[in-house]
Amino acid sequence: MESPVFDRADFIRLTGMLGAGLALAINVPGCAPAAGPSAKEFAPNAWVRIAPDDTVTVMLGKSEMGQGVATGLPTMLADELDASLQQVRIEFAPPGSQYADLKMGMGPIMITGGSTSIADMWIPLRTAGATARAMLVAAAAKQWGVDPASLRTSDGVVRQEGSDRRASYGSLVAIAATLPVPANVPLKSRDQFTLIGKTGKTAQRIDVPNKVNGKSVFGIDVRVPGMLYAAIARSPVFGGRVKSFEATKAKAVHGVTHVVQVSNGVAVVAKNTYAAFQGQRALNIVWNEGPNAHLNTPALFAAAEELGRTRKNERVALLKGNPGHVEGRVFEATYRGPLLAHATMEPQNATAHVHDGACEVWAPTQGPTAAQEAAAKAAGVPLERVTLHTTFLGGGFGRRLETDFVTEAVEVSKAIRGPVKVQWSREDDTQHDFYRPMSVNNVRAVLQDGKVVSLSHQVVQASLLRRALPRLMKNGVDFSSMADVVDVPYRIPNMRVTYIEHENGIPIGSVRAPQANWNDFVTESFIDELAHAAGKDPLAFRLAMLPAGSRSARVLKLAADKAGWGEPQRPGIAQGIAHVFWGGTYGALVAEVSLQGKMPKVHRIVTAVDCGTVVNPDIVTQQSQGAANFGLSAALSGKITIQNGRVQQSNFYDFTVLHMADAPPIEVHIVPSSEPPSGIGEIFVPPIAPAIANAIFKLNGKRLRSLPFSDALA
Amino acid sequence: MISIIVNGEQRDVDVAPDTPLLWVLRDELNLTGTKFGCGVAQCGCCTVHLDGVATRTCVLPVSQAVGKQIHTVESLSSDNAHRVQKAWIAEQVPQCGYCQSGQIMAATALLNKTPHPTDAQIDQAMTNICRCGTYGRIRAAIHRGAAEA
Repeated sequence: MESPVFDRADFIRLTGMLGAGLALAINVPGCAPAAGPSAKEFAPNAWVRIAPDDTVTVMLGKSEMGQGVATGLPTMLADELDASLQQVRIEFAPPGSQYADLKMGMGPIMITGGSTSIADMWIPLRTAGATARAMLVAAAAKQWGVDPASLRTSDGVVRQEGSDRRASYGSLVAIAATLPVPANVPLKSRDQFTLIGKTGKTAQRIDVPNKVNGKSVFGIDVRVPGMLYAAIARSPVFGGRVKSFEATKAKAVHGVTHVVQVSNGVAVVAKNTYAAFQGQRALNIVWNEGPNAHLNTPALFAAAEELGRTRKNERVALLKGNPGHVEGRVFEATYRGPLLAHATMEPQNATAHVHDGACEVWAPTQGPTAAQEAAAKAAGVPLERVTLHTTFLGGGFGRRLETDFVTEAVEVSKAIRGPVKVQWSREDDTQHDFYRPMSVNNVRAVLQDGKVVSLSHQVVQASLLRRALPRLMKNGVDFSSMADVVDVPYRIPNMRVTYIEHENGIPIGSVRAPQANWNDFVTESFIDELAHAAGKDPLAFRLAMLPAGSRSARVLKLAADKAGWGEPQRPGIAQGIAHVFWGGTYGALVAEVSLQGKMPKVHRIVTAVDCGTVVNPDIVTQQSQGAANFGLSAALSGKITIQNGRVQQSNFYDFTVLHMADAPPIEVHIVPSSEPPSGIGEIFVPPIAPAIANAIFKLNGKRLRSLPFSDALA
Repeated sequence: MISIIVNGEQRDVDVAPDTPLLWVLRDELNLTGTKFGCGVAQCGCCTVHLDGVATRTCVLPVSQAVGKQIHTVESLSSDNAHRVQKAWIAEQVPQCGYCQSGQIMAATALLNKTPHPTDAQIDQAMTNICRCGTYGRIRAAIHRGAAEA
């Protein structure tokens, strides 16, 4: 083998490459060796280490919140490495620019969101695996004194063709570690994949075994020696501040050790979680409620509608043709979308220990970089003095992109000079979320000869980017709020899309598939309205506006075909269809719906998805099912309302979510594709609501233009 | 001092008698497989078996568990040999996994009482919340567990 081009700086280091900060103070079973990289491991790059015992440790730059990255990402590396998933261990990477998500377009930061993980890592992880494999092959060739071209690899073993020479990867690490890192190692062609795209036992999720026996460590499960537990009383009104507080009763609670004021409220610290919660309730706090105390949901909608009418600060996001001057039948409608909470199953929490000018944090976070920065700021220590351990996440859905819970834990630890876990109650979690923005969408279309010749769509929403990344706004438009509005797939000659920012004091954030999870309801319901107005079948109407053979047309046809679209339905049941585009992925969903009293009942969901190359088909199926159920939950009853600046809902009895009895069977059909992979974790959140609404229109002739259905049908 | 029987062992804990069993298991005995989700017995993350009956422990004072056999998810098996754990793996149920301890304990209690539950019986017994939406696979895993009994 020719000596590959290499840089001296690329020489393999046996130890220390990844820094001592990796060492976990806690044991995370099934996740990482407790001690981090060992001196005898082979670590050719930031992504993989191979140990003498044949263990392949893959560093995860993304957070595992259920979406399957802890399996999908190692699959890509292990395939090129020719290792089996069974020998793979995973380890959550510490914050570092080498683990940044470049697909998100937010700079060199570690973040998990936007259904970008697999697409972002498709080339880097495969390259890391292929490079390590090439070095192990070179090591075997050197050891045996043979031509590397005569060597083959599979399941973590190098073999020589035509001889009985074989060596496990683990036996080769000492030699491999002395070899130069080759550049431009070729990747496999698709027909050479052994793991990517495969199903069955060898493709099972790596994280599942420890999720059926209680061993998986979530943020709430982190235990640090000497750790206390804290609960924080926060202002019931958004943005309110502590005016004064009285802690006698809280301190009297058995087990309470400290009561301290922090920037977000008053923390009660105790020897166990229950005492902290009891102390939290016993606090007597006078709040300075601030300017948001007057906020009310009806007035907020009225204000958004007024902005839409007066077009104050309306910004153009897309203009095509001349939509204002098109003759034909004009249709206009207004859609109204509610605030929505994330309601992750694991209430927010973080554990922190500030000591000796340093800060250690354990957090279920989707944004390690942001969490580290927040911790450094709260602790008053330099960034490099913050060690952040990412745990498993008990759901994310965008809530854990925020850093409020990290700041709180660090502040409390600093105040009490010891390790502490800040644990939120469900009520805290429901009332102090960063909600999906409420929305008013005004749509207008012109039909000529049964065809849409003009479409105008005005979005009135608070901006997600305004708070987080205002520099990414363009001409006053928050394009992150315009998914499934500016990028509708339908060929319409005249289009005008506008945006009005409605800043209103409500803390807002990204909720799974932002803001497609609302906008797609508007787009796909309104298209359906127009189909019926034109006297056309809703599927045929859509297909007539799509290029034949387009990915959108293919998923619509596939879902319709598998659902038996157009065939007679049982009495009282109708089918509705909707399209969605999100995270580079195309989806279509058919819902079979009946009305039972004043609520829709979904009997069956059929989805079709084109997410390019599929890394793990069962996880694609799993995510499609899960996302549709997440969207169904929001569609049926998901809403947050505000009265006098306070969230009116508090727990699962008044922020109701989907249960088993209302969860329909969900079929998933995957379009075979050799395109690069695209996102799968969110795609079917948006289209379930419009598909249901479109079915309901067939059942009772009523067009529902707001969510949730529990209100819209009342 | 309060004495309870957890996973077959007597455990003595120094807590107020009104402390919910959930927090005794998690914070005093470090059995963190049992999860906290809502604190009002709505979500079922905290489900364990009390004398074989699926019970939500976030609102159950520890004093009411005295003298009863308490079994947590850790008692099923640590090597996933229990038929319900096997069924959960075969159907690849968990996503985030946070609610699954409670789901598995609820399902195990159901199967112990009703070896071959119908879908309607599953709907009635399985009222635990899963925000990842794994319901269809939970149903399939319960049927699989029933078939393999």
